[in-house]
Amino acid sequence: MKIPLLTLLGALVIGVGINFGTDAFIQLTLIYILINMILAMSLNLVNGFTGQFSLGHAGFMAVGAYSSGFLSTLIPPAEGPLQILYFLIYAGCGGLAAAIAGFLVGLPSLRLRGDYLAIVTLGFGEIIRVILLNTPSVGGARGMYGIKGPADWTLGEFTFSKFLFGYAHAIFWVIVCFIVIWRLMRSAHGRAFLSVREDEIAAEAMGINTTSAKVRAFVLSSFFAGIAGSIFAHYSNYLNPASFSFNRSVDAVIMVVLGGMGSLSGSLMAAAIITALPELLRPLQQMTGVDLRMVIYSLCLILLMILRPKGLMGNKELPSPWGWLKKKGAQHE
Amino acid sequence: MSEKLLEARSITIQFGGLKAVDSLSFHINKGELIGLIGPNGSGKTTCFNMLTGVYQPTSGEVFFNGRVINGLRPYQISHLGMTRTFQNIRLFKELTVLENVLVGGCQQISYGLAAPVLHLKKFFEQEKKLTQRSLELLAIFDLEKKANDLASSLPYGEQRKLEIIRALATSPQLICLDEPAAGMNHHETHQLMETIAKIRKDFNLTVLLIEHDMKLVMGICERIIVLDHGVKIEEGNPVLIQNSQKVIEAYLGPEGIQ
Amino acid sequence: MQDFLQHFINGVSLGSIYALIALGYTMVYGILQLINFAHSDVYMIGAFSAYYGAMLLGFQNRPGIAALVILLFFAMAGCALLGFTIERLAYRPLRKAPKLNILITAIGVSLLLQYSGQVIFGADPKVFPSVLQDSVITEFLGVQLKVLDVAVLLVTFVMMLALHYLIYHTKVGRAMRAVSTNMNVASMLGVNSDRIISFTFALGSALAGVGSVLVGMKYPKIEPLMGMMIGLKAFVAAVLGGIGNIPGAVLGGLLMGLSEEMVVGYLSSTYRDALAFGILILILIFRPAGLLGRGGVEKV
Repeated sequence: MKIPLLTLLGALVIGVGINFGTDAFIQLTLIYILINMILAMSLNLVNGFTGQFSLGHAGFMAVGAYSSGFLSTLIPPAEGPLQILYFLIYAGCGGLAAAIAGFLVGLPSLRLRGDYLAIVTLGFGEIIRVILLNTPSVGGARGMYGIKGPADWTLGEFTFSKFLFGYAHAIFWVIVCFIVIWRLMRSAHGRAFLSVREDEIAAEAMGINTTSAKVRAFVLSSFFAGIAGSIFAHYSNYLNPASFSFNRSVDAVIMVVLGGMGSLSGSLMAAAIITALPELLRPLQQMTGVDLRMVIYSLCLILLMILRPKGLMGNKELPSPWGWLKKKGAQHE
Repeated sequence: MSEKLLEARSITIQFGGLKAVDSLSFHINKGELIGLIGPNGSGKTTCFNMLTGVYQPTSGEVFFNGRVINGLRPYQISHLGMTRTFQNIRLFKELTVLENVLVGGCQQISYGLAAPVLHLKKFFEQEKKLTQRSLELLAIFDLEKKANDLASSLPYGEQRKLEIIRALATSPQLICLDEPAAGMNHHETHQLMETIAKIRKDFNLTVLLIEHDMKLVMGICERIIVLDHGVKIEEGNPVLIQNSQKVIEAYLGPEGIQ
Repeated sequence: MQDFLQHFINGVSLGSIYALIALGYTMVYGILQLINFAHSDVYMIGAFSAYYGAMLLGFQNRPGIAALVILLFFAMAGCALLGFTIERLAYRPLRKAPKLNILITAIGVSLLLQYSGQVIFGADPKVFPSVLQDSVITEFLGVQLKVLDVAVLLVTFVMMLALHYLIYHTKVGRAMRAVSTNMNVASMLGVNSDRIISFTFALGSALAGVGSVLVGMKYPKIEPLMGMMIGLKAFVAAVLGGIGNIPGAVLGGLLMGLSEEMVVGYLSSTYRDALAFGILILILIFRPAGLLGRGGVEKV
């Protein structure tokens, strides 16, 4: 338990630095990177580790975002430092709602394979979006306003800013998501997921309930997608079904593929790159006067698939920085 | 008086208009080593697939330990104590040799999701026990030194062995081996057959063996079932099979007899 | 009854457009087992090729048969060329790669076309040249039969006949069927499968081009993202009929068009887009091989 806590602490210290050292735009990008990290890691569980192909991750993110946002309008958060507790609870509820949605979607569709599964999950993702679009109580196409978000809290000289609360919340979940998936993958559950990816028929013959394994991976993945949605909802205070379109699902897939299917550290890197890239390319847009960013982005995707199909990391992981610090070698966790 | 471990009662499977296996009945007693032979395309593997739940028989029933098992999924049948290997090796290629065996041992794990995530004691205990046992199994076939190699990096013969170890890891009562010696040379085959005889004794196993090579089966099987075009044409001890006109005809064609 | 007939006609007209686009999906899938995500954007490019072609020849506002033929020509040629190029540059290098990689490449090509479309054509909608003057040909039991609907049906019908002839009565059609049954065997028997695959892409794309002109004729507003929804629906149509199955794509397209018009007519238009996915999910859960498709048994 020491390492995760140390990591959290370290990240929080960095967060304080960012809070004072950078502007709101960079801070927002950073929060988005953290959200995307959770999305990418959770999708990796299904697409990378379990070998199923889901193309509807945005749908589960939407379920988490909307239910968590809705909850915050019913039970507003407390003020002061206690607010973080409320956001954790909202996120947990959003995650649960998404997990339930994941279960309902996964159970019938995970019998299908490959392309078919991709298409069905795409379909479910779109259906979730259309339902939100047609539900007036969450704002329909207008979007949902009035979602409670983190607020500044001043203690004497020091102001804990909205960013700091949002950042702490997000980084907490990034670490939880990483630890849960990492440890699970080094247990019998993880081996069950991997065996499904490698050979479903052989896995069954070895006594693995492949349907259950797939559904478990899918539900857990949806749970974290819901968490990501919740963080998104409370940090932006506003939700619109258009934020959860097919393109967001594709983004998540691209992060998983770029990082490497089955590599958590790859997912983290890829989430940072993919989120920051459009912002880094902004000067180019000013130079040329046209928005070529997405053109470059999609071109890179094609080239990546042709030239480096295994992504940055393949299914390998970066060595643990803690192990390196303690000079105990990479196999620390 | 020996007990029936597995019994098939007139199992039939139809693909489109073709009956791949046609009302096949046989049984296996506890502790026996039975050979299932027949020319190519005679329905041996299809029969395996029906016994282990990969295919559902169109009609007929399969009993295991006196219990009807058709309709059960393969993993459920595996839990009951019947396991198999595959003709065209189906290892988890991107996993290590040890991990392959660990997957086979998954039924010994009883911890839930919380134990590994929170690193509870239960998790470490069970993992340690399972790893130890898996390494012991690997040692039987001298594979423990390659425990951390990728399964796909093993040479062909060792991949076949690993499949058997993986199947043994499920602690089966009955193990169905689908052409375990395919692609091996004479010497390797001989060795493999000796190992099969050994593990059968050590693990108190019942074995159902598909083999293409008649000679090989004759050496170790106590009873042999011969399939041709999905129909059982003969059953009995090796001497009887060797002298059966029907079997010779099936293998060589009617002209072959002269 | 009168309402129903009117919806029926609209549905068949819409459905035949879906069918044309669905054919492209199904032919490519039949031959490569690839969901060509970029197909919907090839369709979009078809509309723009027709638009610029008409501008080039000064046919923006001269409706008539000549305009129809010219627009069809430009759309088909543009699409065929594009389909051919995409296959050559993006898919061919990945012929032996895992399916997932090809699928992602397809998504990448789709995004590339959409975004380059936005850069090149601009994101604002453009007005498609008027192709035919719409008027009511005849009115029967209060049901109107309009020029555009008839034209859509006629063009589709001609295209399908031509396709049928091509696939079942020509040498290249036979080669296509051979490659889609078993590429390796076809290659061994002397079929140049690379060439057949190129041809299939070009052909399927050309049909999408036809679809784009027919849609542009009925709803004359074109923009770079126009392919997304219709592409998805056409894809659903292909799956509904049994992907890889050519008559299935036609049947699926018609069923999709009809059910969509009926939902819009009798229920609510807000759920028109959800309908497609609803159908898709039901079909995949209950009959994954589609209506006319045949399920395979996995060999163990």
